[in-house]
Amino acid sequence: MNIWEEALIREAQYNSRRHFLKKCTSGLGALAMGSLIGCGTKSSPEAATSLLHKKASHFAPKAKSVIFLHMAGGPSHLELFDFKPTLQELNGKDTPQSLMEGKEFAFLKGTPKLLGPQASFEKHGQSGAYVSDYMPEFAKMVDEVSFLKAMHTNEFNHAPAQLFMHTGSPRLGKPSIGAWSTYGLGSENEDLPGYVVLTSGGGAISAGKSAWGSGFLPTIYQGVQCRSEGDPVLFLSNPNAIDSHLRKKSIDAINEINKMEYEEANDPEILTRISQYELAFRMQTSVPETMNINDEPEYIHQMYGTNPGKASFANNCLLARRLVEKGVRFVQLFDNRWDTHGVGAGNGVGAGMRRSCKNIDQPIAALLRDLKQRGLLDDTLVVWGGEFGRTPMMESRTGEGFDGRDHHLEAFTMWMAGAGVKKGHIHGTTDEIGYYGIEGRTHVHDLQATILERLGFDHERLTYEFQGRNFRLTDVHGKVINEVLT
Amino acid sequence: MKSRYLIFLLPLLLVITFWLWPSTEQISYNRQIRPIINNKCISCHGGVKQSGGFSLLFEEEAKMNTESGIPAIIPGDADGSEMLKRILHNDPEMRMPLGKSPLSPEEIELIKEWINQGANWEKHWAYIAPEKDIEIPEISLDMPVQNEIDHFIYKQLEVMELTPNKEAPKEVLLRRLSLDITGLPPTLEEYDDFSSDSSPMAYEKTVDKLLASPRFGEKWAAFWMDLARYSDSKGYEKDLHREIWKYRDWLINAFNEDMPFDDFTIAQLAGDLLPSPTESDLLATAFHRNTMANDEGGTNDEEFRVAAVMERVGTTFEVWQGTTMACVQCHSHPYDPIRHEEFYQTQAFFNNTQDKDLYNEQPKLFTYQPADKKKVKNLLAWVNENLSPSEKLPEITDDFLYEQKEDLLYSLGYRKVEAEEFQDKSRFIELVAHDQESIWQVQDSSWIMFENVDLDQVNAISLGYASVYGAKVEIRLDSMLGRIIGEGTFGITDKSFPGNRPKDWTTLKIPIDKVSGKRNIYYYFKKDKSFAQDLLRVDWIFYHEKSPLKDQYPSSLQAKLVELSNAKPIQTPILKDLPKKASRKTYVFERGDWRSHGDEVKAGIPEIMGTISNQEPNRLDFAKWLVSGENTLTSRVIVNRIWEQLFGFGIVESMEDFGSQGIPASHPELLDWLAVSFQDDMNWSMKTLIKKILMSQSYRQNSSTDAQKIKKDPYNKYLSRGSRTRLPAETIRDQALAISGLLNKKQLGPSVMPYQPENIISFNGKFWFPSEGEEQYRRAVYTYWKRTHPYPSFVTFDSPSREICTSRRIRTNTPLQSLVLLNDPVYIEAADAWAQRILKESGEDIEKGIEKNLQLVTALKPAPEKVAVLFQLYEESLAYYKGEGKDLDENAKLAAMRIVSNAMLNLDEFVTRR
Repeated sequence: MNIWEEALIREAQYNSRRHFLKKCTSGLGALAMGSLIGCGTKSSPEAATSLLHKKASHFAPKAKSVIFLHMAGGPSHLELFDFKPTLQELNGKDTPQSLMEGKEFAFLKGTPKLLGPQASFEKHGQSGAYVSDYMPEFAKMVDEVSFLKAMHTNEFNHAPAQLFMHTGSPRLGKPSIGAWSTYGLGSENEDLPGYVVLTSGGGAISAGKSAWGSGFLPTIYQGVQCRSEGDPVLFLSNPNAIDSHLRKKSIDAINEINKMEYEEANDPEILTRISQYELAFRMQTSVPETMNINDEPEYIHQMYGTNPGKASFANNCLLARRLVEKGVRFVQLFDNRWDTHGVGAGNGVGAGMRRSCKNIDQPIAALLRDLKQRGLLDDTLVVWGGEFGRTPMMESRTGEGFDGRDHHLEAFTMWMAGAGVKKGHIHGTTDEIGYYGIEGRTHVHDLQATILERLGFDHERLTYEFQGRNFRLTDVHGKVINEVLT
Repeated sequence: MKSRYLIFLLPLLLVITFWLWPSTEQISYNRQIRPIINNKCISCHGGVKQSGGFSLLFEEEAKMNTESGIPAIIPGDADGSEMLKRILHNDPEMRMPLGKSPLSPEEIELIKEWINQGANWEKHWAYIAPEKDIEIPEISLDMPVQNEIDHFIYKQLEVMELTPNKEAPKEVLLRRLSLDITGLPPTLEEYDDFSSDSSPMAYEKTVDKLLASPRFGEKWAAFWMDLARYSDSKGYEKDLHREIWKYRDWLINAFNEDMPFDDFTIAQLAGDLLPSPTESDLLATAFHRNTMANDEGGTNDEEFRVAAVMERVGTTFEVWQGTTMACVQCHSHPYDPIRHEEFYQTQAFFNNTQDKDLYNEQPKLFTYQPADKKKVKNLLAWVNENLSPSEKLPEITDDFLYEQKEDLLYSLGYRKVEAEEFQDKSRFIELVAHDQESIWQVQDSSWIMFENVDLDQVNAISLGYASVYGAKVEIRLDSMLGRIIGEGTFGITDKSFPGNRPKDWTTLKIPIDKVSGKRNIYYYFKKDKSFAQDLLRVDWIFYHEKSPLKDQYPSSLQAKLVELSNAKPIQTPILKDLPKKASRKTYVFERGDWRSHGDEVKAGIPEIMGTISNQEPNRLDFAKWLVSGENTLTSRVIVNRIWEQLFGFGIVESMEDFGSQGIPASHPELLDWLAVSFQDDMNWSMKTLIKKILMSQSYRQNSSTDAQKIKKDPYNKYLSRGSRTRLPAETIRDQALAISGLLNKKQLGPSVMPYQPENIISFNGKFWFPSEGEEQYRRAVYTYWKRTHPYPSFVTFDSPSREICTSRRIRTNTPLQSLVLLNDPVYIEAADAWAQRILKESGEDIEKGIEKNLQLVTALKPAPEKVAVLFQLYEESLAYYKGEGKDLDENAKLAAMRIVSNAMLNLDEFVTRR
């Protein structure tokens, strides 16, 4: 019996005397169980309940879970995967005006110089994919992934571009892809949130919490940020002087009185509230258990390069594996040190970016390897990328230059792995300096359509009615990138 | 027997015949045809797609020639109309709706009949003015009735074969009224007074008393703040501080003074355009300065100015018209008859304000806090007294004190301006967070510009600065590369700025060439010996006149000028139009892209919504039109909002969408009747409207329910019982503070920062500076609202982030809410304070103490079984704290009672208004 059936049966037992009640709670949503009133769709009785129940996807899903690794700031494709010898030859030359006219950049102006790749490249694996020496460990895993080398986006500032990547719109108020996923599928684990967000690299990302918000969807679908320091989930631990024994006692008393209240008022919301207190109590154990990586064997720690108790990308990768293992639907990682303008020493695509890569290289390789050895990679989709790429031109706002590149929306590289994505495949090509995609261009909305496809959804049919219109993640765009799927 | 049957059968037969007979009855487009078109046709034949050149959005388009060269609808000739032919077509590739199941025979018959009758069009109900003389329905229910509202509600219940509930017990009513009107629970004394007052007027007296309470404004302002997307920060990446709390205070006062909704509307949308606007009129216009501003490096100010203006159009239509305009940005409305260019016509009303996504948020209104106001006024009066007659201000008034001070200082030649109050800047200039009172990140070849500076008498300029690297400045005229009239070098003042703030500031005085007239002046910064991203900080600029008038006065007077200049004003961003000669043109943006201009448009309203009388209407005319008798929506929309606040559901549930895709009204006649009387009889008084609703018997019902009611009216939209809803986030917090005795009832003033966990507030550089002492316990409406980090427990209880206008909060029921009430330190503190009080009051009789205090949650004297559960919890906890858990807390009694009070704050009855 799976958890879903179990939850239904448990609920049925609860309601047996009151069979007239609608089934008001069921494992789903940002926190596995939730109920809502006035969800704001038409003919609420049906719509509200159907929102709460686990929905089947449109077709058989290839992915049960998604791990989205977002390098916030925009990593340079030109130093990682998109090898451009011609750009090397043109290093230090003036940028042709045709590449500047009518284009928008955040900081570039006048006639900047072209900047050759700062990393050295080699082909790797059977597929012969180029990976630079910034990512030696990941280079060993290229035969697991499909590269999208001609990604493009609409936005050239961080916050709008990140929102665009995660909500399909550069402005606020739209649900994130993780929210759409939990809205569509629910969670597989009733003791854990269905959509978890982990951050590293210091500071908040530009788009803030809206990057994992629920927009106009009910708030139960928004991502729950779990932290490595302090309470992993806000207000999870008991206050001083109240231990778990007393907590259990007080929740029992609360629920006993709430049951009396239910006898009088008959409001089904009270039943939901009773079950939420029980879940809250279970979460007090299950969440710290999941978030505590100390119980992992030493070889796993070595494999990921983890550092328990600190917020690190390596820890987050290991947590991501633990979370999908427990059935969490969508795990969103943000690593926040990829904005390589070169406005100071160590801030460019040379030494600066090399350092950022060092933080992610081993953990990403370990994550792929670990998922694979556990058989999880078959139904877990891993996505890697940033909100945009970097310009082939050097940014020299300082006049002196520290090998920086500006934001670039015309071309960048992302990759996907697992869940039936082609292994060792390269899709898309950019021109000889990595400015435009010239073949197999894929847009952010295409990527989103593809992620939803892996989860079993037709992105044109996963909709929510709001303000009189059916909204979807991909707005009126998006085409599944079938070329990288098996 | 037979004849008796016939008597019954005959009328029935008649009815059946009537229905089956080819009807000569006029088909109603709105009731019978529009639902079919909206569900089955409009997605391909509407505002976005016009397949085959056929659109059903506007009457003239629907009857126009299609791509085939002939109209699809030929009025009066259904069989000759392509629309019907295609609906009936045998070939599935031709049959409409394409690829979907065919229309039902009834639907087809209706469309046929409708075309044959002439295909008469009707406007959607929301664009037709409500009838002025709506009949109050007769009801046969034998139930007490208080006012007209009950007639409408009960009539519908009769139709649904439901009966309303009996009146709720007095204590329950008192709690309901207190929470709904003031957002705070009654005290035990208030419960006693009300239950013992047996006069028939007791209920109304209580309603009046609560409506007159200054707490009313604090509760109801919060509701409007979601619509106004009020926030203490600007949003987007940096989400820096925005000083705009004066607008929140304006709202609280407006609600408390029961400002009529028409004035309330005009002040917020166009207070600046009123004849001689007051400070208060200007503060009201901050409504539309709550739009987000993007201070992220490298953003295009014009892009985000335009984004803000477009957002203002969308928000205005959502708030006042319940109409979604966002989709009209890119194309004609998909479902409602609003054209693409009409969005930009309304945008023209808002496109002429001075604000332009500047860091410093100009234009602003400067005012003083009460204490400073008094001080400044006294200083001004003293200085004025001692001036020679020709230099005196005519009189010193309370309003616009800051401007009077500015005039006086300027005329005396004391000319200090803040560096951050520039009118333009280059990219690499930012303001130091959190207060943004100086400029920083000044880089090589960056600049700031001040407009129209009178340099006639000026012979030198000083800058207050601090620098770690040293830098140079060139003072240039008219353009950033204009003539240099002075230059200077900033020295190194410190090794570093701990906490990003210089300890000491130094002055650099630069002599300048003689210049005449008012000129734009550029400060062009350059590196000195070394390059840095943060060359220097500049705090202020001072213009030295050759012989300023102030020098003719004794130093005692000059000292007062410094004092005057130093008094810190409160700044509030406001709306202000550009002068006529500088006004902007408005264009249609192709596909909503601000970079691709289409035709120029003039200010106007969507045709479907009526007309504005004025030839060249401005923002004020627009605001007046919204609250004129001409407008069919404003009154309905606000009445619906207030209804939702009191019952949990709007009469139109989709409060943000009254359009043809919105959820149909549960009681259309009631909505219209309320809308008309709100406007005509109540003169837009929101308190009168609220009282009318509260006085109804429908409101006073008890909220218990049964199988029948849950089946027929599951969400209680038809008020078959009293409404029972989870309280809003603010009220939950306020209630805990009030019950525990911690609540600080101080009103108005800057926002406060109550406790938040350390790992949250230090996440992205410190943005939260916890308020001290009593300030921690102010009402929720005063809590600092940071868009990217909204106060955690509010978000958990479904408050929005207020990045955009939010018409309704969707109530959820999640375990995170349980965790907040169980463990959030605020609720633990409240539990602790309450436990201490219970122990102190009750002495030895603990059970009695629990019983007495539980009433604060249950309203009714609590049932003995509930008290017993809590008393047992106390006893068991006490035993535990004395035994096994003795290390947890030395004061076992208090600790045990804290468990009990914590449990009381977690009861369903605590978070529910019932």
